[in-house]
Amino acid sequence: MKLSKIFFALVFGLLLGFSFTAQAEGGSEGEGVDVEGIAFHHISDANVYSIGPWSFPLPCILYNKENGKWSTFSSGKFHLVGHHGDGSEIVEGYVLNGGTVNRITNPTPEMLEGHMSIAGDHGHDSHDEGHAHHLFNHETKIVDGKEKEVSYFEKDGQKFYLEDKTAWDYGVFGGEFTSFYDFSITKNVVSMFIVCLFMMFVFFRIAKMYKTNEGKAPSGIQGFFEPMVVFIQDEVAKPFLGKKWKQFLPFLLTIFFFILGLNLFGQIPFLGGSNVSGSLSVTLVLAVAAFLVVNISGNAHYWGHIVWMPGVPAWLKIAILTPVEIIGVFIKPITLMLRLFANITAGHMVMIIFVSLIFIARDAAGDGIAWLTSIGSIALTMFMMAIELLVAFIQAFVFTILTAAYLNASTEEAHDHDHGDSHEHAAAH
Amino acid sequence: MGSLAGIGMGLAVIGAGIGIGNIGAKAMEAIARQPEAVGDIRANMILTAALVEGAALIAIVMAFLVG
Repeated sequence: MKLSKIFFALVFGLLLGFSFTAQAEGGSEGEGVDVEGIAFHHISDANVYSIGPWSFPLPCILYNKENGKWSTFSSGKFHLVGHHGDGSEIVEGYVLNGGTVNRITNPTPEMLEGHMSIAGDHGHDSHDEGHAHHLFNHETKIVDGKEKEVSYFEKDGQKFYLEDKTAWDYGVFGGEFTSFYDFSITKNVVSMFIVCLFMMFVFFRIAKMYKTNEGKAPSGIQGFFEPMVVFIQDEVAKPFLGKKWKQFLPFLLTIFFFILGLNLFGQIPFLGGSNVSGSLSVTLVLAVAAFLVVNISGNAHYWGHIVWMPGVPAWLKIAILTPVEIIGVFIKPITLMLRLFANITAGHMVMIIFVSLIFIARDAAGDGIAWLTSIGSIALTMFMMAIELLVAFIQAFVFTILTAAYLNASTEEAHDHDHGDSHEHAAAH
Repeated sequence: MGSLAGIGMGLAVIGAGIGIGNIGAKAMEAIARQPEAVGDIRANMILTAALVEGAALIAIVMAFLVG
């Protein structure tokens, strides 16, 4: 049976790949596996692109607020050791901690110039490539009444504390204003470029095919994408936007295929698992784009219903309706942003935690149980991957359909039969 | 701090679970009654489920913020 052969090839491929990735991520013997750390490392952006045991350096573009200095260099300069994404070198006051660039808060003058090695008196640990210990330690500090994990390393008997890049998210995910900004071409940016180039290649090709193939049945790649385009056109654009569907179809299609591309790219196993559409900054920009399109194309009817809802007593409008409607204008893009972020991030996290189950079992009960657990873990992960494939489509579709629904609300013309009662009521006052 | 946020998230998820459960149940009923309308029902089901989910997400973020 051909199908069963493919299935078993897939299972064995995954099994091999897992032990590969898991070795890379779970790593060192002796100490218990830090599942939370692995999961967060897995979903976060990085300044190196790691595929299995290989790491590709990416360009770093950093700006320090304090001395106004731009630093541009390749992240290969950090000299990666082991599989934790730690770099053993200090470059212009920056270090690579768990794949992301951090800055030393109390650097010595020598650290700011050129680069030097972190490894001090216990340097022999870090050169043991396969099972490198973490170069950086963590301690919990209390900052403004909140507990915060701070990384540090020791060199020549002195503690050097690290801080993350500036990422302002009102402290929800621990982001704050720090001394430097990171404009680097990160893993997520590279993934986005790859997806964009692929999409451009595919769609320019399809567009050309429509010219050369005019009047004939679609063929090849055109035949694969046409149902999706027609689906968005017929199920989203036309029912929601009525006569104006042609005006907004390009925007809806762009959003749909961009999100779908990113979602699917992040799910290709062992390709770094980049979590682009599960990054708040990416979904924020998508939501802002939707917000601008919705509100800029909003007509008088839409704004009228937000600011001064007809047919409702004035005190009620001032007290409840208008504030709620104005908050609603902002809540809509915020939920768009959070929904995509949360769904995709949750998927990535669940996947890595199912894989980590093997190592939790190993730490708890030894290698034999770990092998048994890996069977269940692989079955669960394959099941989750199937679901995530569905989620990739559903979330792209939901983002598009909700944008279309908001566009519908903002561009709809006043219909007398819809609001007949309220307008009469308003006229009576 | 963590536990309080956890309870908040749990409550938000219960609400969303009930909501999305109802949407799914009613959609299935509707499809059983009118199988020819399956396309419209499915699209609207996903849309409403997404709206319910939005409320839960806001609650979860609030739990993060306040908790």
